[in-house]
Amino acid sequence: MTISGTSENIEQKNTADLCIKVENLHLYYGQFHALKGINMEIPEHEITALIGPSGCGKSTFLKTLNRMNDLEEGVRIEGKVTLNGTDIYRDMDAIELRKRVGMVFQQPNPFPKSVYENVAYGPRINGINRKSELDEIVERSLRQAAIWDELKDRLYKSALGLSGGQQQRLCIARTLAVEPEVILMDEPTSALDPISTSRIEDLAMDLKKDYTIVIVTHNMQQASRISDNTAFFLLGELIEYNKTEKLFSIPADKRTEDYITGRFG
Amino acid sequence: MNNTKMMTRIKRAKRVDHVMTGVFFAIGGFFLCLIIVLAAYIIIKGILSYYPGVFAFNAQGIGNQLFNTIYLVFLSLVISVPIGVMAGIYMAEYAKPGRVTKFIRISIESLSSLPSIVVGLFGYLVFILMTGARWNLMAGALAVSILSLPSITTTTEDAMRSLPKSYKAGSMALGATHWVTIVRVLLPACLPRIITGVILAAGRGFGEAAALLYTAGQSTRINWANWNLTSPTCPLNPFRPGETLALHIWVMRTEGSLNPNSEKIANFSAAVLVILVLAFSLTARIMTKRINQKQVGSKA
Repeated sequence: MTISGTSENIEQKNTADLCIKVENLHLYYGQFHALKGINMEIPEHEITALIGPSGCGKSTFLKTLNRMNDLEEGVRIEGKVTLNGTDIYRDMDAIELRKRVGMVFQQPNPFPKSVYENVAYGPRINGINRKSELDEIVERSLRQAAIWDELKDRLYKSALGLSGGQQQRLCIARTLAVEPEVILMDEPTSALDPISTSRIEDLAMDLKKDYTIVIVTHNMQQASRISDNTAFFLLGELIEYNKTEKLFSIPADKRTEDYITGRFG
Repeated sequence: MNNTKMMTRIKRAKRVDHVMTGVFFAIGGFFLCLIIVLAAYIIIKGILSYYPGVFAFNAQGIGNQLFNTIYLVFLSLVISVPIGVMAGIYMAEYAKPGRVTKFIRISIESLSSLPSIVVGLFGYLVFILMTGARWNLMAGALAVSILSLPSITTTTEDAMRSLPKSYKAGSMALGATHWVTIVRVLLPACLPRIITGVILAAGRGFGEAAALLYTAGQSTRINWANWNLTSPTCPLNPFRPGETLALHIWVMRTEGSLNPNSEKIANFSAAVLVILVLAFSLTARIMTKRINQKQVGSKA
């Protein structure tokens, strides 16, 4: 029931608009079966929210999309994840993948460098060293992240001196500087105050014009405010995946309903 | 009633807190005094022993020894810093937990507690007898490097490990390789702590005597007009014998005491050595601060 509803919705879109396709994905941490047969299609230029209680596997799933779990010991993955048709585990290098699929973390994590150097870091490691070019990328990225006006006079000061909300938008700018196709956000506002949170939400909605965004969130209001599609995870399974307004108004699965009405979580 | 009981408990806890605070202040103060008194005693005694020509580059002056000390420390840092820092990076970033890593760690720990005379005799055997060379500065620098390597390795490893995991994750998520992450993010972030380790290592070099006894040697015969690097009397030739200040102090108080100025030379050398170490630490710290500011940008 749920599954057919999902494919119906996504298949209405042109297949060219499909960005990420996940087929029968299993993930194990040693003996622990953390993701159990996930099938999911993430459309381009939309915001897809992943919700579910702590430990349900939503963050783990997010990390499979840019292979950040490669860095952890004892992780085993089965199944297939494709980005615009290319298998990211078999036919793509993790380094190349991460340039195309950027990530914003739960805790703002600017490098202990200046604002400018934080944004210029990605382009620099890709071999861009000309000052004029870097200046341009830094300004464009900070403008895209809606933080240029706040930071233009302190480009050469430490990023560690910024507020949490500014640091998080700087981290988004740092991700944008690499010009990815997809941006993964792992609970990007959970460490921020309400005003910074709403700024990040506005920013995400702004960015979906040019990027595909997948966001993990604890906050169901946030998912319903900003996302086009919502996926509900529970104990490593994808319980329900649908258009956000449908999932929140007429959930197909009892467990989804229980979760979004606050009966557990 | 319960309330009064709690009040007395709080009172007692507060009293203990006051007493312990006092104890820690006293211990801190004691060490501060100790250092000040010691440094002052050595420096004042040194200044009182001053005589014209004490800095001369001959048997009555310590010019050559001062130069040898700085040169030897420089040589030993050139050897030990790259190896130590790379070993530290290996231990923090590449070594997988297991038997081999455990063995390496035990080796590093044992190396750091080796008596310096043992290292000196080992250096004599390997760098002098086995190579068939005379006493030379390079052998001394190698011996000192053996002593300072563990501390540089350990400080680098600790510094790398103490960095937030999020630095590495952030860099990798941007498509950086492990190596680029280390060189461009992790190492710069822990540079101040690594420099502290290097200062300690250098201090070891400045103060070392036993390990140099049979490696760098107890004599210096150089000609300041000779700049032919291959000549044994060229000051910059690292393969010539070179007695350092610390060793000179010891020599002046033992077999060198035939020299009428020996006591004065020893006192003065000690003062110069203390000032040298101080100056080196201060310069290194100021430099770190500068580098840091340039890189991180000033706060707020």
